[in-house]
Amino acid sequence: MGHLLQPSLAFFTPLSGGSPNADHINGLYKIVLVVALVIFALVEGGLLYALVKFRARKGAVPAQIRGNTRLETGWTVGAAVILLALAVLTFAKLSEIQDPANSGPGGDSLASSEGLQFASAERKLPPNGKALDINVIGRQYIWQFVYPGASEPDGLGAPYSYEEMVVPTNTTVSLDIASSDVVHSWWIPQLGGKFQAVPGYHSYTWFKISKPGLYRGQCAILCGRGHARMIATVKAVPPAQFDAWLAAQKQQISEANSEAKVARAKLGAQTGAGQVENP
Amino acid sequence: MATYVAPVPQLSAHGVEREARGWTSWITTTDHKKIGIMYMVTTFIFFCLGGVEALMIRLQLGTPNNTLVTPEVYNQLFTMHGTTMVFLFVVPMMAGLANYFIPLMVGARDMAYPRLNALSYWLLLAGGIVFYASIFWNPPEAGWTSVVPLAGVNFSPSGGEDAWIYLIHLTGLSSLLGAINFYATIANMRARGMSWGRLPLFAWTILTYSVLIIFAIPVIAAAVTMLLADRHFGTHFFDAANGGSALLWQHLFWFFGHPEVYIMVLPGFGLISEILPVFARKPIFGYKAIAASTVAIAFLGFLTWAHHMFTAPIPEAILVFVMLSSYLIAVPTGVKVLNWIATLWRGTVEFKTPLLYCAGAITIFLIGGLSGVFLATFPIDWQVNETYFVVAHLHFVLIGGSVFTIFAGIYYWFPKITGRMLGEGLGRLSCALMFVGVLTTFLIQHVIGLDGMPRRVYEYDNVGNLGLYNAISTVGSFILAAGVMVTIVNVARSLKVGVLAGPDPWKANTLEWFTSSPPPANNFDTVPLVRSAEPMRDIRREIERRSTAAQPSGTATVPSGATQVGV
Repeated sequence: MGHLLQPSLAFFTPLSGGSPNADHINGLYKIVLVVALVIFALVEGGLLYALVKFRARKGAVPAQIRGNTRLETGWTVGAAVILLALAVLTFAKLSEIQDPANSGPGGDSLASSEGLQFASAERKLPPNGKALDINVIGRQYIWQFVYPGASEPDGLGAPYSYEEMVVPTNTTVSLDIASSDVVHSWWIPQLGGKFQAVPGYHSYTWFKISKPGLYRGQCAILCGRGHARMIATVKAVPPAQFDAWLAAQKQQISEANSEAKVARAKLGAQTGAGQVENP
Repeated sequence: MATYVAPVPQLSAHGVEREARGWTSWITTTDHKKIGIMYMVTTFIFFCLGGVEALMIRLQLGTPNNTLVTPEVYNQLFTMHGTTMVFLFVVPMMAGLANYFIPLMVGARDMAYPRLNALSYWLLLAGGIVFYASIFWNPPEAGWTSVVPLAGVNFSPSGGEDAWIYLIHLTGLSSLLGAINFYATIANMRARGMSWGRLPLFAWTILTYSVLIIFAIPVIAAAVTMLLADRHFGTHFFDAANGGSALLWQHLFWFFGHPEVYIMVLPGFGLISEILPVFARKPIFGYKAIAASTVAIAFLGFLTWAHHMFTAPIPEAILVFVMLSSYLIAVPTGVKVLNWIATLWRGTVEFKTPLLYCAGAITIFLIGGLSGVFLATFPIDWQVNETYFVVAHLHFVLIGGSVFTIFAGIYYWFPKITGRMLGEGLGRLSCALMFVGVLTTFLIQHVIGLDGMPRRVYEYDNVGNLGLYNAISTVGSFILAAGVMVTIVNVARSLKVGVLAGPDPWKANTLEWFTSSPPPANNFDTVPLVRSAEPMRDIRREIERRSTAAQPSGTATVPSGATQVGV
C-alpha cells in the first residue's frame, strides 16, 4: 500500500513539507522540543546528581531539611513562567496554522468562481474569501471526496472520487469533514493536523500545496476491523490538469448514471413496475 | 566505643485469638489485610494477562504487514489490554495497597466499614470474571474508550461490548464503595495526634484518589448506562440520526477518563513521597507543598478532559481553555518532582530496590510529563494525537506514575505483608530490566507516531524505517516482560526462603512499621500518640534517648502518649 511518503526525513518532528499549516506546526513543535529537552536535561541531571553525590557513605550525616519556602515558591513560579511563555508563543503562531492563506497566483479558477462561501466560527476562510471546497465523507472503510459542480439541486450530480483526492496546486483547498457511519479521523500528515469526522457534526480544515505530488495518510481513529486499510491519498496536480480531470470525472459519472438508468428501466420492464426497490 | 544497637520497637500482644486459616477464612474475611492481599494477588494476575495481550500486540506489529492475528483478534487484544490495565490492574492495585496499609498507616484497627470493604473486593472480582468470560464468546473490540457509534449495537453487535459495560459498572461500583471507605477511614480513624498536617503523604494521595473516584465514577456509570440503553432498549442518546450526539459520549467518557489518569498516578506519587525519605534518611522536602499539589492536581484534573478531544468538532474557545488548564496542571506536577529531588539532596541515599524503582518512576514519568506538554499544545496535538506518539506518552505516564511505583511499593511493603524480605539482587535485576525495557519499547514509539503511524492499526507498510522502529519496540516489550518475571520469581522465592524482616527493616517513618510483620489481626494493641509526620522516627529516637541516658532504675516514666514499647 505504500501510503506514507518520505517519513525518514522527520526523525524527531512531525511530517511536513506539503502545506504551510503542517510546516508551521512543525516549527512550533521544534520550539517546544528544545524547551522540553532542556527541562529534561536539567531535572534528570539534578536527580542523577542527587542520587550519586549523596549516596550513603560512612560517616555521612543526612541534613534534616524540611523545606525552603523561597526555593519552592521560586520553582513554582519558574514552571508557571515557562508554560506561560509557551502559551503566548502558541497563540502567536496559531493564526498561521489555523487561518487559510489566499490561493497563489495561477491557482485554480474553481476556487474563485464557485468557492464562495460564508465563514463561521468553525470554518475559517482565506482573507479574500475564496477557496476550493471539497467535502470529505468518511465511511467504513473508505474516504469519499465530493467536489464543487453540482448539476442538480441539493448538491446532487457533483463529481466525486474515492480514496484519491485530486487537487490543484497553488490553490487553497477548504475541507468539510463529515461521516456517514462511525467516527473517523481525516489525516494527511504532510498537509496539517487531523480532524475527526463525527456523525452529525462537521469539522473543517484546509491545505495549500505548492508542489505537485502524492501525499498519503490514513484514518487516524479506530473505526472497526478495516481501520488499518482506510487509506487516503491527496494527488496535487497543476490547475489545468485538475480542471481536465474534474471534467472527465464528471463525464464518467454522468455516463455511468445514464447507463444505470437504462439498466434500471430494462429491469423494471422485466419484473414489472414497482418491483425494483433494489436495482 | 562499644556500639549500641537500638532495640526495635515491638508490640507485645496478649490474649490474641489464633488466626483462622484455610480457604474459608479468605472468602469470609472482613480483615482489611486479607482483603488487601486478595486485591493485590487478583490484580497482579490481571496485570499478567494484560501483559500477555500487550506482548501479542507487539508480536503482531514486530514486522510490517504481519499476519499473526486477524484484524478482529487484534482489535480484541488492544481493547482487552487497555481495559485490563486501567480497570483491573492499576486502579484496584492501588485500592489493594491502600486497603492493606491505610488503616496501618493511620493507626486504625480496620477500615471504617469492613463488610463493605469485602463487598468492594468481590465486586471487582465479579467484574473481572464477567469481562474475561467474554473471551469464550466474543470479546469487545471497540477499544478501551468504546467510542460511539462504533461501540453501538449497529457496529458492535456482539455481547463483548456488553461485557465491557458490565465490567465498568462492577469495577466502578467496587471503586466507589472502596473510595467511600477510604475517605471515612482517613477522616475518622486516625491515631491520636495525627492531625491533617501529620497524615502520611500516601494517605493524602489515597484521600484525593477517593474524592476523584467519588466525583468521576458516576459520570462513566451514567455514560455506560446510556450506551447499554442505546444498545438494547431503543434509546438514542448517542445516535445523531435521531437527535442524539455521538460527541456526547466523548465528553462523558473523558470527563471521567482524565480524572481517572490522576486516580491511577496520584497514589503512585504518594508511594514515592513515602519511600524517598526513608532511603534518603531525610524528612520529605516540602510536606505541605506535596500535599497541596496533590489536591491542586485533583481539582485541575476535572478541567482538562477535552484535551483528549482536540481533534473533535468543538469550539476554539474550549480548545484554548483546555490547553491553558492542561498547562496549569503541569505546575503542581513539576513541583512534586522537584520536591522529590530536593528530598534526596544532602541525604544519605541507600540504593535499595524500592528507591531504585522510585528513581526509575520519576525518570519515566518525567518523559511522559514532558511529552504531555506537546499534546496539551493543541496545534501540535492535531499532528501527534491518535498516533504512536500518544501511545508512548500514556505508557510513560502510567508506567512511571503507576507501574514502577507499584513495584516500589511491593518491594517496600512485602516485608510487612509476609514478614520476609525480597531478594535485593533479583530486585535490582528486575528494576534494571524493566527500566531498559520501558525505554526501548516506548521511546522509539514517539518517532513511529511522528512518522505518521496511527495507533490501533493491525498492520503497516515498511515505509521509511517503520519496520525497524517497530521491531525495536517489540524487543523492548520482551525485556520489560522479563523484568516483571524476575520479580515474580523473587516473590515466589522469598515467600519460602526470604530473610526474616522483623517489624521495621527499613527504619521507616510511618505507623505500619510499629506493629509486627505480618501484623496481627487487630493491627495494634495500643496505638502510639502521633507527634509529627514521622511517628516511627520519634519512637526510635525516644528509645535511643531512654536507652543511652543514665536511668535511675524503676523510676523512668513513660512520656505521655508513648505506649508499651518492648524489645
